Amino acid sequence: MFNPPSPHEVKILTRRFGVQNSHTIDASLAHQGYDGLKKAIAMGADAVINEIKASALRGRGGAGFPTGMKWSFIPRTSPKPKYIVCNADESEPGTCKDRLLIQNDPHSLIEGIAIAGFTMNSNRGYIYVRGEYRYLIYILETAIAEAYKHNLLGQNILGTGWNFDLFVHSGAGAYECGEESALLNSLEGKRGTPRLKPPFPATHGLYQSPTLLNNVESFCAVTHIIRDGAADFAKHGPEKSGGTRLMCISGHVQRPGVYEMPLSTTLPFLINEVGGGLRPGRTLKAVQPGGSSSPILLPEECNVGLDFDSLAKAGTMAGSGGIVVLDDTADIVAYALRIIRFYQHESCGWCIPCREGTTWLKKILERLNQGEGTMKDVDLVGELAKNMFGRTFCALGDAAAWPTGSIVKKFRGEFETKLAAVQARQVPAELVNIG
Amino acid sequence: MSIALSAATEARWQKILDAYPEGRKRSAVIPMLIFAQDETGIITRELMEEIARRAEVDYLQVEEVVGFYSMLRKQPLGKYHVQVCTNISCMLAGGMELWHHACESLHLKNKQTSADGLISIEEVECMGACSWAPAVEVNYDFHHHVTPERFDEIILELKGKG
Ligand SMILES: Cc1cc2nc3c(=O)[nH]c(=O)nc-3n(C[C@H](O)[C@H](O)[C@H](O)COP(=O)(O)O)c2cc1C
Ligand code: FES
Repeated sequence: MFNPPSPHEVKILTRRFGVQNSHTIDASLAHQGYDGLKKAIAMGADAVINEIKASALRGRGGAGFPTGMKWSFIPRTSPKPKYIVCNADESEPGTCKDRLLIQNDPHSLIEGIAIAGFTMNSNRGYIYVRGEYRYLIYILETAIAEAYKHNLLGQNILGTGWNFDLFVHSGAGAYECGEESALLNSLEGKRGTPRLKPPFPATHGLYQSPTLLNNVESFCAVTHIIRDGAADFAKHGPEKSGGTRLMCISGHVQRPGVYEMPLSTTLPFLINEVGGGLRPGRTLKAVQPGGSSSPILLPEECNVGLDFDSLAKAGTMAGSGGIVVLDDTADIVAYALRIIRFYQHESCGWCIPCREGTTWLKKILERLNQGEGTMKDVDLVGELAKNMFGRTFCALGDAAAWPTGSIVKKFRGEFETKLAAVQARQVPAELVNIG
Repeated sequence: MSIALSAATEARWQKILDAYPEGRKRSAVIPMLIFAQDETGIITRELMEEIARRAEVDYLQVEEVVGFYSMLRKQPLGKYHVQVCTNISCMLAGGMELWHHACESLHLKNKQTSADGLISIEEVECMGACSWAPAVEVNYDFHHHVTPERFDEIILELKGKG
């Protein structure tokens, strides 16, 4: 059903994949399950946060924010309830890793969330799962029930006197609910529109209380970091991008798949050695290295590392770890249109630059894709994208503008060729009516 | 109560309502809607009123979220809702062609349902199967690497199940 593993993988988060019944607590416990939680309890909260800082773990949800630092922002001694929220809304096009983690090893996620709960002195956590992942909700509920039976969740966990309840919450279809503040609104039963920041969720999150919110993969990484130590994780990546991540390679490669790779991996290595290279006779046209929100790279820009800083330096981002590869058969104009159709559909309508901007971008790109319009329209797309960028309420607008702007800038020639080709074949409507 | 739901859905509602702190029942609204819709097929006014009552919120607070979330619907769809992803990874792997094949072979347009009420189709956004593209989800069941031939088989299987 999924892709076979690659011999180049470094299996830390995916170490239990392939173990029989890996989703059960028995399989988990037979493979060091919940050793991390026990260790965290023995270490104490401050040591846990320092360990995560030392691991150089950066958020795997998209923004790449240093996880240890985020954990240190939570007012742990606040008299208000503290909440742990896991973002399992996974909906960035090109990304399909959280699904695998939950399906194969839900206990590694539950353990990471429990470690967070203990560290933050929290008594309650939620896993927000996108509505389309219904089967994962059932897997998680079963796993949570198992953990309760083993006193790894619930009352007086492992004799510590600490109580922690964990619940699964279903979304109902909205990309915007992956954005953390929109997710919190949605979790409160409201429309999934973003909140003004600051204040940040760390102090005013769920029900206006201190909230730690991380991506599924980030929590899973915490489990292994605490169990095996920060150094063991950090060594797989450059100084400021520690560890491995689940890289989702898709598009025009021979072995698309999700592979757990060190963050020191380079893009050419991932494409050629892990992803099996391009199909015979094909050449590389472009790569989106961090999901559909990331600016596109030309082949000559692809000799780059896949860690957060290297991709930022290359003018793009590591994002959610979705690496989309396009070969010379790809129609880049149609591709740009498909990206913007997505953002236009998913714009929550809250702020005008995003709602109107994505709508106009879509209209213009639709025309260009049909071979109508002129090169001035291509410039207009670039202008619009530039004016949207940084001016929207949340990062969805940026996520729409950034790749689009990069495509029209880097592939102007393709737009020209497409316009010329279509216009050479058809008589313009104005002329048809003249004679 | 004004609408009768199965014992399973009632139990699910109770589980959902129990998941939130005192005074925070509004959080239950969206999960209650989607689990109920799985049974009823559509969201009716009566269903929204019932949820408003149970979650102790205003009717309008239920109504307003129904319009926001793409999986919540007031129009019925088929017993099997066949969702074809055409987003970037699927598109590069033939997802757009697969979608056109779906429309043509079933003589349906986006969000239309077959006359017998069995099958509806929808062009959807990324559903988290990008590395195993193109992907189709039938209700909540994933199908990966779907060719047009495989698509036809899936449809035949659904028709066989009835
Ligand atoms: C429009 C939008 C969609 C997002 N979707 C997701 C998502 O599906 N999953 C996710 O973990 N983070 C998503 N994020 C990022 C979250 O806002 C947040 O940064 C992240 O969940 C924090 O967890 P991390 O620090 O562990 O990465 C999205 C952000 C934006 C702006
Ligand atoms: S792009 Fe189709 S499943 Fe992600």
